[in-house]
Order: sequence, then C-alpha cells, then structure tokens
Amino acid sequence: MVLATIFQNGMSIDFYIVLSTILFVIGVVGVLIRRNAIILLMCIELMLNAVNLLMVAFSTYFGKSDGQIFVFFIMVVAAAEATVGLSILVMAYRNIRTTDVGIFNNLKG
Amino acid sequence: MNLETFAIIMGGLTIGSALMVIISKNPVKSVLFLVLTFFFISGNYILMNAQFIAAVNIIVYAGAIMVLFLFVLMLLNLSKENEPKNSVFVKFAALVAGGILFTVLIAALKDGLVIAAATVDQSDTIGLVENLGQLLFTKYVLPFEISSVLFIAAMVGAVLLGKREKQLID
Repeated sequence: MVLATIFQNGMSIDFYIVLSTILFVIGVVGVLIRRNAIILLMCIELMLNAVNLLMVAFSTYFGKSDGQIFVFFIMVVAAAEATVGLSILVMAYRNIRTTDVGIFNNLKG
Repeated sequence: MNLETFAIIMGGLTIGSALMVIISKNPVKSVLFLVLTFFFISGNYILMNAQFIAAVNIIVYAGAIMVLFLFVLMLLNLSKENEPKNSVFVKFAALVAGGILFTVLIAALKDGLVIAAATVDQSDTIGLVENLGQLLFTKYVLPFEISSVLFIAAMVGAVLLGKREKQLID
C-alpha cells in the first residue's frame, strides 16, 4: 500500500533536521557524562540512528532512494561494530572485573 | 488529529526516551529505553513512508543488536550500586559542550535549507521494498557483496575475542 509521505502533507524538513540534531547531541552528551562502557556503545548507536533519521528524511524529501540504501549499509556496519565492541568489552571485563572507562585508562602500555 | 501533530508528538517521545537512556542509572533500563527510542524512530520512518527501513530498523536494531546488548549486560552482572559515576564538574562541562555543538550544528544547517526547498521533487514510492531492492542489486551490488566480507571479519573477530584463553596470571 502506498501512503502519502509526511512532506506531501506540508511538513517542513526543518523538523527532522532539528530532531536528528537533538538526538545526535543527546548521544554525544551521553558519551561524555557516562563512564559505563556499555552505555557508551549504546550512545554511539543513538548517534548512528540520528544520522539514519536525517538520511531517510532527505531521501524522502528529494525523492531519491540512494539515501535509504546508505541507511541500510550504516545498519550493517553498526551491527558489526556492536558485535566486536561487545566482545572486546566482555574480554576486558574478564581481566579487570569492571566496565568503567576510567579504569581502562590503565591498559595503556 | 492531522499527520503533523502526530509527527511532533512522535518526535517529542523520541527525544524523551533518548534522554532517559542517558539519565537512568540502571543499565538495563537504559537498554530498554533505547529499544523504545528505536521503535519511535521507526514510527518516524513510517510517517516518511520508508516502510522497508522501518521494518529493518525494528528487526536489526531492536531485535538483534539490543538483545545482544542485553545479553552482555546480564552476563557482566552490573548493578546500580557499582555503577561508575563522573564528577559534577565533568557533567556540567559535557552539558555545555553538547549545547555548543547543538547551536553550531543548527546554525550551520539553517542556511542550506533555503536552497534545498527550491528543488524539491517528492515521490511516495521510493521507500518501498521493490524500489530499494532494484537499486541495491544493480547500482549498489558491489558494496552489498563487500558488506558480507565485513560480516565474516566481524564474526571471526567476535569468536576469537570471546574464546576463553588460558590464564597465565592468577
């Protein structure tokens, strides 16, 4: 079923620019204020999703599908990144019994 | 209730649940609020008629990645008591930095919009599976194949890292 997009109902693209900027900034602030490494990875996912939202908005706005393909590839990369990041985290937790990024500081050689 | 009001409510809910992700002290609550955020973002995709991306977002993000996060969280056995905390000064500095970043981004994007609005050409079928599949398997077939190599690399890496190695130091 084909529905009318929200932009055909007179919605401005500004709304999605502001929304995804706010989401991105929330992700950045989350990375800065939290010290749990898992929450940090989640905030990175939030930032990636903010970018995805803006990509889909512009793709729909200009009537070009390419942006949505890129969103698909961003999801692929995000899935790979989350897997490797979490397995590194589990391994680090086994050795130092914490996920505090302040203590990861001691890992440097 | 028209579609615009609905979009604004959806956007507000998205921002609210995203804020709860970074505010809530319990990591499990953070994960659940992030799942909620992804559902609201999918709602936004449906409003823009990007049906394929909306479905994939729920299946891949809320279904696979967030379950992985939840599993790791349960495995690590973290609790509210030993949650590491930053000092008030660092939090304040982070909020100021975030506010400045927001201002700069909005100020930078504000001027580009005047040009964008003139060349608008809207179509309502571009987000459907048929269109995206056509494009993915013709123009973007090489990146699609390369992403399978990326997945193999990620899988091998995860298995290698997750394997319990022999303890040398006790």
